[in-house]
Amino acid sequence: MQAHEMLLKSVAYRRSVLKMIKTSQAGHTGGSLSCLDILNVLYNYVMNVSPENFHDPNRDRYIQSKGHSVEALYAVLADKGFFPEDDLQTLNQYQSHYIGHPTRKVNGVEQNTGALGHGLSLAVGTALAAKLDQRSYRVFTLLGDGELAEGSSWEASMTAVHYKLDNLTVIIDRNRLQITAGTEDVNRLEPLHAKFMAFGYAVHQCDGNDIVGLMHTFDHLPFAPGKPSLILANTTKGKGISFMEDTVKWHHRVPTDAEYEIATRELDAQEAELKAVNSGVR
Amino acid sequence: MEYGKANLDIFAETLLELASANRDILVVTSDSRGSGKLGPFGDALPHQHIEVGIAEQNLVGVAAGLASTGKQVFAVSPACFLTARALEQIKNDVAYSDNRVRVIGISAGVSYGALGATHHSLHDYAALRAINNIDIVAPADNFETRAAVRAAIEYPRPLYLRFGKRPMLNLHAPDTNFEIGRAITIREGSDVTFVAIGEAVAPAALAADQLADDGISTRVISMHTLKPFDEAALLAAAADTRALITVEEHSVGGGLGERCASLLMEHRLFPAFKIVGFPDEYMATGSQAEIFAHYGISPDGLALTARTLLQSEPTR
Repeated sequence: MQAHEMLLKSVAYRRSVLKMIKTSQAGHTGGSLSCLDILNVLYNYVMNVSPENFHDPNRDRYIQSKGHSVEALYAVLADKGFFPEDDLQTLNQYQSHYIGHPTRKVNGVEQNTGALGHGLSLAVGTALAAKLDQRSYRVFTLLGDGELAEGSSWEASMTAVHYKLDNLTVIIDRNRLQITAGTEDVNRLEPLHAKFMAFGYAVHQCDGNDIVGLMHTFDHLPFAPGKPSLILANTTKGKGISFMEDTVKWHHRVPTDAEYEIATRELDAQEAELKAVNSGVR
Repeated sequence: MEYGKANLDIFAETLLELASANRDILVVTSDSRGSGKLGPFGDALPHQHIEVGIAEQNLVGVAAGLASTGKQVFAVSPACFLTARALEQIKNDVAYSDNRVRVIGISAGVSYGALGATHHSLHDYAALRAINNIDIVAPADNFETRAAVRAAIEYPRPLYLRFGKRPMLNLHAPDTNFEIGRAITIREGSDVTFVAIGEAVAPAALAADQLADDGISTRVISMHTLKPFDEAALLAAAADTRALITVEEHSVGGGLGERCASLLMEHRLFPAFKIVGFPDEYMATGSQAEIFAHYGISPDGLALTARTLLQSEPTR
């Protein structure tokens, strides 16, 4: 898929995320908006996975360790045709499969997640199975930065490196905020790049909200033979909506009617600008 | 009755035999290959053995990822660490995600008795009973262990198996039928029933011999599967005998005894009833046999419990 089409998709996904959170009156707004461009590029540019091949043992796998940002995943999976977009209006309702964290009850979801620090071990096991069976599929997992305080992520990192899992890509949604405050204020993570290097990953940093930059970064996978790849994706929490960006309170705040209206207008403007650029008006 | 091998040895032998014929059977260990007697497995089938180091949470998560691709995965680690430190991984990555890992708690209960409470697992039945979509089996002897490991291969749900490392009495005839979820009556009796699980079955069977000398007819049930529970076997025993004694290598809270008690109440059955297990106190230490004897999980102790209970209950 071309970058321009994906840029428009990111706007559409942001609309979808806000709409489902507004309808259900719950959701993880900030984190979904920060990781959304990464999911866009994964599903529309990088991974070989679709509703048609979802049960093929050779499909690429995505495991969302930061399960709370499920709204971003739902938006992308619906767009990929895993389920009807209208289903998302049942988010968090009684008996809906579309709950506040990923589950396999939803078509397209690989693993039930939600408790932090679990996705990387699951991804390591899945990637290890590919090595044992000499299968060609790749495994991608998305971790939040706040999540890195869970020690199990570092246990799993040691195993990923030990078994030389170059079919594994770990993406860190480095939005620098968590529910309480900034990550560096809650429990210092830095120097994060040096930590991942020291653990033995092949590490690339990029702007995790820049579609073109993400495409370029993913083009280089695996970053080094015999090493798991790690993308330290610097993102903005609440990305795309001016008053949500980089603010702690939008971790799981639901927009009011007025805020929703402003957000919609901002997305309208982003869409109009993208279309204008493409048609050569500007 | 004669002593056989440790259930641990039988587990390791059986798994090696099965895995030799099926390359999708994998063992994952957390620096526990020695404790798990899996050295020969790793030597014979190095590509079917995954080592993750001393990291039980990662052990279970990696095992779940492997199982998600269709592998038959045995995650092997001492029960004390596996079911405490990695409890959330068992709950979420195995049970909730329905990744059919075989969670193998070795040196369970008070197998590491002299090493102190850090190394005891008195909580695992209670903790795992309350987790949806995982079943629990504790084999009593070599026969049950071999059968349980074989049955685990195609078992359609996540499964927890736990056993110890000391030689066990052979309790069963070789032609006994073993099925997960179906209790085995080792000995018929009409006065009192021992409902026992895992390595606490043997002392109950020996106590029954002592009681027979006193003319007390004792039924002994090996309730090797705590979940799903064989309700019919318990209810029949409550109907047929006037006293029930549960015996487990576990806290008296949340294990076999309380499972039986709740079922009896729901069915309005009130036999004389005693739960034998470990009380809520700073645990005695020593060998498994010494700790068993300390808390009355011994032939003498259980025979005394049975006599006392029967005296308290008028003949029907």
